[in-house]
Amino acid sequence: MKAAIVVFPGTNRERDMAIALRGVAGQAPTMVWHRETALPAGTDLVVLPGGFSYGDYLRCGAMAAHAPIMAAIREFAQKGGHILGVCNGFQILTEAQLLPGALLRNAALRFLSQDCFLRVERNDTPFTRHWAKGDVFRTPMAHGDGNYIASADTIRMLEDTNRVAFRYVAEDGRVDAGDPQLNPNGSMNAIAGVFSENLRICGMMPHPEDLVDPLMGGEDGKPLFTGLVEALVG
Amino acid sequence: MSAKSPRPVDAALAREFGLTAEEYGNVLSIMGRTPTFTELGIFSVMWSEHCSYKSSRAFLKTLPTTAPWVIHGPGENAGVVDIGHGLAAIFKMESHNHPSFIEPYQGAATGVGGILRDVFTMGARPIANLNALRFGAPGNPQTRRIVDGVVRGVGGYGNCVGVPTVGGEINFHPAYDGNPLVNAMTVGVARQDRIFLSAAAGVGNPVIYVGSKTGRDGIHGATMSSSEFDEDALAKRPTVQVGDPFVEKLLIEACLELMATDAIVAIQDMGAAGLTSSSVEMAGKGGVGIDLDLDNVPQRERGMTAYEMMLSESQERMLIVLRPDRTEQARAIFDKWELDFAVIGHLTDTGNIVIRHKGEVEADIPLAPLADQAPVYHRPTAPALRPQPMEPIIDPVGVEQALIRLIGCPDLASRAWVYNQYDSTVGGQTVRRPGAADAAIVKVEDTEIGLALTTDCTPRYCRANAKLGGAQAVAEAWRNITATGARPLAVTDNLNFGSPEKPEVMGQFVDAIAGMGEACRALDFPVVSGNVSLYNETRAPDGTSQSILPTPAIGGLGVLEDVRTAVGLEMPDGCDVMLLGETKGQLGQSIWLREILGAQDGEPPELDLAAERRNGDFVRGLIQNGTIIACHDVADGGVLVAVTEMVMAGQAGCVLDAPQSGMRPEAFWFGEDQSRYVIAVRDGQALATLAAQAGVPCRRLGRSGGQGLTLPSGSTISKARLLAVHSEFFPRLMDR
Repeated sequence: MKAAIVVFPGTNRERDMAIALRGVAGQAPTMVWHRETALPAGTDLVVLPGGFSYGDYLRCGAMAAHAPIMAAIREFAQKGGHILGVCNGFQILTEAQLLPGALLRNAALRFLSQDCFLRVERNDTPFTRHWAKGDVFRTPMAHGDGNYIASADTIRMLEDTNRVAFRYVAEDGRVDAGDPQLNPNGSMNAIAGVFSENLRICGMMPHPEDLVDPLMGGEDGKPLFTGLVEALVG
Repeated sequence: MSAKSPRPVDAALAREFGLTAEEYGNVLSIMGRTPTFTELGIFSVMWSEHCSYKSSRAFLKTLPTTAPWVIHGPGENAGVVDIGHGLAAIFKMESHNHPSFIEPYQGAATGVGGILRDVFTMGARPIANLNALRFGAPGNPQTRRIVDGVVRGVGGYGNCVGVPTVGGEINFHPAYDGNPLVNAMTVGVARQDRIFLSAAAGVGNPVIYVGSKTGRDGIHGATMSSSEFDEDALAKRPTVQVGDPFVEKLLIEACLELMATDAIVAIQDMGAAGLTSSSVEMAGKGGVGIDLDLDNVPQRERGMTAYEMMLSESQERMLIVLRPDRTEQARAIFDKWELDFAVIGHLTDTGNIVIRHKGEVEADIPLAPLADQAPVYHRPTAPALRPQPMEPIIDPVGVEQALIRLIGCPDLASRAWVYNQYDSTVGGQTVRRPGAADAAIVKVEDTEIGLALTTDCTPRYCRANAKLGGAQAVAEAWRNITATGARPLAVTDNLNFGSPEKPEVMGQFVDAIAGMGEACRALDFPVVSGNVSLYNETRAPDGTSQSILPTPAIGGLGVLEDVRTAVGLEMPDGCDVMLLGETKGQLGQSIWLREILGAQDGEPPELDLAAERRNGDFVRGLIQNGTIIACHDVADGGVLVAVTEMVMAGQAGCVLDAPQSGMRPEAFWFGEDQSRYVIAVRDGQALATLAAQAGVPCRRLGRSGGQGLTLPSGSTISKARLLAVHSEFFPRLMDR
């Protein structure tokens, strides 16, 4: 699998992502600078990693959504390419309208860096095929703006078409969007990640790439990458 | 020489700039004429306490700074130690106390930014941040504002630059009401053959300015940090700098990219006293002269004078001396990262710093006397007040009640509310996150090496006995590193004290350094970098001035050759829980005494450095060979708090035996005797035999297992209850 990690000024989790992808693919991903206008030939997966692109000084992801590389990424998406956006990458995908919704300040108005539990809402996608539906896994989160919001119509559409990828839950899989212990940033319907209509673009706030090694406390995040590599190698 | 001076330069102006009459006399004799306004500004910041260490330098020299593994000790931007495989750890701790009272968010944020630059300027990629924070009494109405701003500032900066904040410590005490302490530490890693120093060389070589533009912020910040606070402190807000972590992130990447070439001769960040200190120190260390043309300095505001540009403390700026033919190569890198890049001068053979602005010479100062004749003071010292002797103790509450109060008290309550606002996992190398072990463990990417990192100081011990307190701070850092299985290598120190012009404060300072030096020597744990922050005083409206507790914060670094051997607090079920080290039941200056009896009396616990080393070496060996499965040093709150923290850190509970100690229960369980560890092992009997052979006192405390903490009385406190009590304090203080 050929993965391309897009680096914007202020991106800071590109190395974490590269380690996670290299660990399962056995092949280092290519770093693509934001001023490039084309993706490397033969790219199977584009990853928008976490960080503070352009300092997050406008809205998170708003500047990056207009970076030179984004035209190539839109084209890649239109052709059915696979894109993973994590944290700031998720914010960028919503700002670029490649995914619906938006990410507001966390409900408690503080940056949150802690482990959370995510429930896999469907497993018939390249991103989630290595889990079973309903599986719960632990993953670190680290963001100030992860509070997912969308119009009532959009939320209904996402739910009706099963486009919620992950939800914040208790360790036993229980959802309670009103409980700040379980849904730490206050996201609507406890949504932690969503899919595009064709299920080939996935955005999520937490960082599975930081939990792929028992030495760092576990491998709970690894199935995401294993699944992607399997699916995209064919 | 420029005639444009906004004010006549005379002794009165010099005094306003913080120079004494004698110091101004020296300026006149060095210059042989009346200095210009800009020259006076340069002398005043270079000779400020902050930059010249004039009250502390003579004593700092007594600290041990060498070991076979020390590559660069004090004198460079940060300390450098050998961690094996051709790699070096580069680290330093620095204070940003005064700005953090005035403007907590920016004060703390720029403190983090400044210490990051000290580390990456030497060629290291920063891989971890830590901090040591001291706040006023929780009940003081200012404390909440300051905690909130400082925590947001530390997080706001560190999270954005993408360096994990992995450890720290926090104390509360009324002595910090008007003067919180914000000490920030950065650790980076570089190849030993690619370490960059600050001594300029090569007459004619270009001097390059990179990073943010220069504005009027932070002018005279260094002199502000060198005087006491008065009731007008908050009016000094304009002297606080404003940080931009986004630019810092770009600056890190651009500098590291440039450092991968051989274009750089010397490099230094513009920290305190900005362009002045960086240019003066780089040229001074290299024994060359430097000519700067300020017309070329990237400026944020119009109409800035030479004085303002030389004294500005605008953040995220670096000064670089390049090889002559590499300017365009370097410019291309900074263009890529969209950072300002300007050739602002060149090196000369004059031995002077010459500042030109708009065609006029604004300053022309010989560098050698500016450095060599900087004042050095041996200020008078006086013995500190001894603590009251301890009253005979009557335990009014019993062990269980005392434990509940202790684990919920401000100094021992869970810090999760704080560290959950700091990104501790970015980089993907954090092996032990905050709270999981006595020192944070960070893996060095693409190696098996782990670094163990900690910050430590017990200010209440230091106030009672500064020498013992200085030694204890070093020993505790050594112990915390040891408790993970790592080999302690070196420390950085951040010496926070009151006014050196008070003889009793100066006495504390001298004593603390003596104690630190003793411990550093006994433990082969040299000081490789550091920072001194004096004048941490608050002047009350009635004119009296209160000093902070003496706070020599120690940042320790250790190495694990195989990071997989590291242990933390979490115990599995079915282990023998053992106590290593001698227990005498010393309650003087203990948290128990303060929280239960409301007293801050007695001598702090003794510290036997030979026992410290023996016990620690024993523990480290048994961690390395896998005998010890979990380990926690015994510190604030004593043995019972240590065991409780191990229970709270993991799944297993613990059932405690009745101690056959012959001492009162509160003395056994809450005494703060030093050099002790609580460990979990599979076979306590075998461990006891090994300990006896090594001459390490050892006793069994109980066995891990069960759902909570079962006290010798038979009473069990559930883990849920422990956690609830432990995690109450910060949210209650901050989220109301």
